[in-house]
Amino acid sequence: MKYLPAFALFAALSFTAGAYASAADQVHATHAWIRVLPGTLPAGAYVTLENDGDQSVALTGASSKAYAQVMLHRSSTQGGVSRMTMVDSLSVPAHGTAELAPAGYHLMLMQPTTPVKPGATIRLLLKFSDGSTLPADFIARPANALDDGSGHTDSHAH
Amino acid sequence: MKSPWFRPLALLVLLATGVVLAGCHGAAPLPFRLTNLTGHMPQLEFTLTSDAGKTVSAADYRGKVVLLYFGYTHCPDVCPLTMAHLHVVMQRLGKLADGARILFVSVDPARDTPTVLHGYVNAFDAHATGLTGSPHAIEALVKRYRSAFTREPASKDGSYEVSHSSAIYVFDRAGNPRVLYTPADKQDDLVHDLHLLLNSGVRS
Repeated sequence: MKYLPAFALFAALSFTAGAYASAADQVHATHAWIRVLPGTLPAGAYVTLENDGDQSVALTGASSKAYAQVMLHRSSTQGGVSRMTMVDSLSVPAHGTAELAPAGYHLMLMQPTTPVKPGATIRLLLKFSDGSTLPADFIARPANALDDGSGHTDSHAH
Repeated sequence: MKSPWFRPLALLVLLATGVVLAGCHGAAPLPFRLTNLTGHMPQLEFTLTSDAGKTVSAADYRGKVVLLYFGYTHCPDVCPLTMAHLHVVMQRLGKLADGARILFVSVDPARDTPTVLHGYVNAFDAHATGLTGSPHAIEALVKRYRSAFTREPASKDGSYEVSHSSAIYVFDRAGNPRVLYTPADKQDDLVHDLHLLLNSGVRS
């Protein structure tokens, strides 16, 4: 009965490779930027996540050497009142996108370890619910920026 | 055959109509596109501390078209977005923007000192002034415009958020509330209405 364990191992391996590509492997981050505020004020980070995989994935947070704390937040306006709440995760559908954008989902970056200046590139490690992490470079933009500055000018027709 | 007088006469009629319209202009309501507040709320009134550290009152801003916004500097998303939009609006107004003033009133006076506010508002637009003051004075101003704010429970590290009104109140040069701009409104409409308030004539 020598072949049985080998078969089991083969089956287990193919199952792992087929169904369990990590979230980080199937997600691409684009339009990643940070709105830098003066001093040590918390900053908002924004990014578009594209999921090329057949499984939905969930962003649960992020970390960065440049900030002591990063939290996944969502802003909402109801009845004329703006509020911000912490969220556990943001789902990125299979073959779909999720946007972290101003006035919606964003990463709140707290307590910069060194001052972050507009123009700098800040690396964030995006964390997913399966434990995988995706490094993404965020461009630091001035306080009064409306997007990542890559040239799409129609985004602020508010 | 047309009378040689026809053209000058037509012109005269047009001019007369123009004069009549211009004459009525002062009395006729301005054709605002945003929610009209005229006559529905009291004149701008407050005594607060500016980001320059000076005691200021509403009277100091008479002669300016005022855009009043309640926010706080530890707000990383909605407040900066609103201020960034107002910066675009000021750019779109060009030279006329010098007749306007954005007043960013802090609903978080415990953390928003004049110094913090100074760096904050100037990161957005040269036409912006930050105002802070006693909790009592701020609450009085917020209530005057039937607005509200709530300090949310603090997290373990002591940081906290403040839920607050998302609207911008626009006052004319005499300090009378004229229009309300909310996130649901179009930026074009705010620019349009600011033109009405900043110009004696109508421009769009």
